[in-house]
Amino acid sequence: MKNKVYAKKFKFLEHTADMKFQAFGNSVEEVFENSALAMFSAMSDGKVAEKNKFKVKAEGRDYENLLYNFLEELLILFDSEGFFLAKIMNLKIKSKKLEAGVIGDDAKNYELAVDVKAITYNEMFVKSDGKKKKWTAQVVLDV
Amino acid sequence: MKLKKISDNEWEISKEGKMQVPAKIFASENLMVKIKEDNTLNQIKNVSMLPGILKYAIAVADAHEGYGFPIGGIAAFDLDKGIISPGGVGYDINCSVRLLKTNLTKEGVLKNQKKVADSLFRKIPSGVGRGSKFQITRKEINKLLEQGAKYVVDKGYGFEGDYLNMEEEGCIKGADASKVSERAIKRGIGQLGTLGAGNHFLEVQFIDEIYDEKIAKLFGLEKGQITIMVHCGSRGLGHQVASDYIKKMEDEYGFKNLPDRELINAPIKSQLGKDYFSAMACAANFAFANKQIITHWIREELKYIFPEIKIDVVYDVCHNIAKFEEHFVDGKKKVVCVHRKGATRSFGPGRKEIPEKYRTVGQPVIIPGSMGTASYLLVGTKKAEEITFGSTVHGAGRVSSRSMAMKNIRGEEVKERLRKKGIEVKSGSWKALASEAPEVYKDIDEVIRVVDEIGLNKKIARLKPIAVIKG
Repeated sequence: MKNKVYAKKFKFLEHTADMKFQAFGNSVEEVFENSALAMFSAMSDGKVAEKNKFKVKAEGRDYENLLYNFLEELLILFDSEGFFLAKIMNLKIKSKKLEAGVIGDDAKNYELAVDVKAITYNEMFVKSDGKKKKWTAQVVLDV
Repeated sequence: MKLKKISDNEWEISKEGKMQVPAKIFASENLMVKIKEDNTLNQIKNVSMLPGILKYAIAVADAHEGYGFPIGGIAAFDLDKGIISPGGVGYDINCSVRLLKTNLTKEGVLKNQKKVADSLFRKIPSGVGRGSKFQITRKEINKLLEQGAKYVVDKGYGFEGDYLNMEEEGCIKGADASKVSERAIKRGIGQLGTLGAGNHFLEVQFIDEIYDEKIAKLFGLEKGQITIMVHCGSRGLGHQVASDYIKKMEDEYGFKNLPDRELINAPIKSQLGKDYFSAMACAANFAFANKQIITHWIREELKYIFPEIKIDVVYDVCHNIAKFEEHFVDGKKKVVCVHRKGATRSFGPGRKEIPEKYRTVGQPVIIPGSMGTASYLLVGTKKAEEITFGSTVHGAGRVSSRSMAMKNIRGEEVKERLRKKGIEVKSGSWKALASEAPEVYKDIDEVIRVVDEIGLNKKIARLKPIAVIKG
């Protein structure tokens, strides 16, 4: 029986100055995907058109480090190419190496309320329930 | 944690466990209520555990939770035994404030209030990810990173007098562009001359109160005069420099023994420590140049409305920075590495770092309030040099989160409320406006009262906003 563990992809938590979220997933890939969606929804929360495509690669020595590097790649795409994420395709993680296709639109077309300056390690975790079926990631974004 | 009240505005966390030194908080009972609520005290306690820290770890009146160091956190380190930490500087390296004075009066500008706000909003790119008209090649940006404000002044963006009136004369020495990654340059190269978002702003103000006529006169300021304040930093370039070196330091030293992963650091004397300083200096210089380009555009734009306008730099202070400075430790003068994160340098009269014409009165300290509230011009003091390694607050400091503000406050309503107070606000995003509403910040008047009472600063003038451009 396949049980849908989480109805929600992510949620935001209280943080005085910055923005903190928890992302959920039924696999480590899914929790990474939802973390990326959470980061972009911190900037703007509407629907995003699927116009541009990029490939993203990241490596890390542990899941936290990998998540940090993956989200940072997306921030660099955002700052240098004006890329705003709509969805992620074929995200694969193999021995702490990640590859994914990202689809989105030019950030100019959206009202952006928050500038994410950086990903931080503050209170960051990526963990599973032991059976590796329920995954949660927590990230504080410096804004 | 043992928190002792030492006097009305001074608190101490006694040395225990892994703490190398005690921690001190300079805040009133009132401001402490909020400081105790979030993670500030734990974070400043963590800072006191870092190797080579001198005297005590410090949090000032506007302190709030950050990552690694709290915002409003100050620590000085011994050059031989001490460390340098990107988390003690912050991601927005040299996020800083510049104060400009004009020859305009409040009455003259009020007649053109909307026009002034509209034209500055059009001219100066603000908000998330908005590109700039300022073009620079990959090769030339190396020179900008190493020379700071002077580089853009030499290209025609302003005057020599501009950078002479800045902290470090608009260029931190020791910058080496080869220590900045291609990724960092890629993020920042299109962002020169942009305000960015978050708490960054450009504000047209008038002087509504002078507290010290003599010093105000020396700064060329009088009641009713129009000033302009610019608050922004090193944009994506600085953020990436911080990230890059956090990762490099983790690879080199690991984080297992740290109380918090964000406190990753390297010995000041190590190659990595030196490299970080050189890259940080580049990012700081990017920020000085960034504000210099914005200053030039303000001059250009306001000339259309006020053909006789004259704009000069009063001063420019760094917020997120590490510096090598001389201080007294155990009665002896020595060079130490001071980290100021969300804190401002506050040197008293006589220091050689202060521009010659201001040297007899102390360093100008510019403290912005929250949107729609007053900002202050103060000077640094000898007392600050004695008790906080010559440092003070940097602003009002947040009390509640952006997500909460965006949920509960409407940007349209904030704009209307400020308009009723006579302030014209422009922003590309209603939500961004809501997230910076005045009520999400501490009371700036209380913060200033406390630093004045402790003697970290002396009040010179109060500045009230007329037009605000929010990122």
